Amino acid sequence: MTEAVRPALADSTGMTYLDRLPRRVVTVYIPLALFLIILLFPFYWMGVTTFKPNDELYNYSDHNPFWIDSPTLQNIRKLLFETDYPQWLLNTMTIAVCATALSIFASVLAAYAITRLRFRGAQTIGLLIFLAYLVPPSILFIPLSILVYGMGIFDTNWALILTYPTFLIPFCTWLLMGYFRSIPYELEECALIDGATRIQILWKITLPLAVPGLISAGIFAFTLSWNEFIYALAFLSSTEQKTVPVGVLTELVEGDLYHWGSLMAGALLGSLPVVIFYSFFVEHYVSSLTGAVKE
Amino acid sequence: MSIAIATRKQAHPTSLARLLENRTVLSVLFMLPAATILLVFLTYPLGLGIWMGFTDARIGRPGIFIGLENYFSLFDDDIFWLSVFNTVFYTVVATIAKFGLGLWLALLLNHAVPFKAFIRAIVLLPYIVPTVLSALAFWWIYDSNFGIISWLLEQMGLVQDRLHYIDFLGVPWHARWSLIVANVWRGIPFVAICLLAGLQTISPSLYEAAALDGANAWQRFRYVTVPMLMPILAVVLTFSVLFTFTDFQLVYAITKGGPLNTTHLMATLAFQRAIPGGDLGQGAAISTAMIPFLVVATLFSYYGLQRRKWQQGARDD
Repeated sequence: MTEAVRPALADSTGMTYLDRLPRRVVTVYIPLALFLIILLFPFYWMGVTTFKPNDELYNYSDHNPFWIDSPTLQNIRKLLFETDYPQWLLNTMTIAVCATALSIFASVLAAYAITRLRFRGAQTIGLLIFLAYLVPPSILFIPLSILVYGMGIFDTNWALILTYPTFLIPFCTWLLMGYFRSIPYELEECALIDGATRIQILWKITLPLAVPGLISAGIFAFTLSWNEFIYALAFLSSTEQKTVPVGVLTELVEGDLYHWGSLMAGALLGSLPVVIFYSFFVEHYVSSLTGAVKE
Repeated sequence: MSIAIATRKQAHPTSLARLLENRTVLSVLFMLPAATILLVFLTYPLGLGIWMGFTDARIGRPGIFIGLENYFSLFDDDIFWLSVFNTVFYTVVATIAKFGLGLWLALLLNHAVPFKAFIRAIVLLPYIVPTVLSALAFWWIYDSNFGIISWLLEQMGLVQDRLHYIDFLGVPWHARWSLIVANVWRGIPFVAICLLAGLQTISPSLYEAAALDGANAWQRFRYVTVPMLMPILAVVLTFSVLFTFTDFQLVYAITKGGPLNTTHLMATLAFQRAIPGGDLGQGAAISTAMIPFLVVATLFSYYGLQRRKWQQGARDD
């Protein structure tokens, strides 16, 4: 690898110029290719199964299982027109967007207060929020289901919009605290001297500078809400209220005979929105993932 | 000071505006939304869950206090102890595999490979896609009659005919290992990408200095990479252990705790007892039994973070 052409990589290459090509193939490229094949195979399999007609699906002697001889849209059509799948997509989208917006709103204010207003006990509150992130949904869903039932929002979108922030707010606040700390304090002092109010400072100075952080937090929150399963399983019961992960698992699995074609179509279509969303913001996503860990 | 300026600009500042410039008032106001949501939907349920573990609450009926009865009945419950064993086994084995393979993948990605950004983006896919949906793909891959693994084994001549196919999800130990493989598959990207971020902060000059001192590749890994990676490794490890220990989705989607309740994790058993079973009290007791472990993991994380601060300080000096 020529260092001059790829200056961005220069810092991480170090002594790799010492490796000769055949050695690199064995120690780097082949293991890496194996990793990629194994990590991607389930998605390939999802895709292949989705577009296979049923006779090919269960007949491996006449058809190569890894390829499709006569692709069909029958599984997707069945999914879109004979099940509540479009409704589940809509529910999941609504819940993910609302829960993300609510969490970002609460997190921005909390993170600003903790890092900039520096009230007494701000450090402790910051630590408590980090600890809140460590409380897993698996131990909260039983008491939460009582609470949700008691509030009369059981089996509605609100049950999830209000409970998802329990894991989104700690994460987003923690992430945004890191971003806010990286903004020079002098900027705010200047604005204060010029007579801006705290709310003006937050709205016109801090937030515009923290846009990358807001995007990272937003994307992460959106994917986390899209992927959430245990609350959606426990707090929703009627078919038309379900989210995609719950709907596919509980409604499309019928008895002992599994319709793998439509199941895989459901899995593929349910994954696509997050994957597309993710592909637009990969760098933000990676930085929020690693940033939260490094903080 | 800011109040003085506000007074100069506005002849009669409203009391509301003055109140909004008071730092304490503003702090309370800013903390209010997050605090309300977290107190109502996180702190209160956490306490309620522990309390419910001591009651005989069922769906549609608030429970009465029954002391440690739930815990006593769990103590004599073989399925509960099996779920504890499964959870610990699942966590330990999957974590070791995830970190071994994840570290390897991170080291591979840290080389100058072509299309690095693209590969890194693809590697994260298993982590992005809803776990339940990829778990469905694994369920299909593991299918004993038409699954692709069965077909491959037959092609390689390892199994003769349909009657001798390996029933991946129908035999307890096969099912446990199948679940672990799916969990490792899902966990590798997170570990690899986080560790890669850690690797990229290690200065290449350290490796060059070590090489000049005569360190071989293994020694450079053992005495440069590992110590430099330790702080971030500790944090990622804590998160990984925490989320593997409390895992629910994969097991619920692939085996639902079957065959015959032999692959339940504590989380899936709590769900099964509480929601379909209706015994909220006992489900809450099972959930509560997970807390001591989480506390240990949290303390571990706390000291991992502390050590990182100390190291950063030491490096700046």
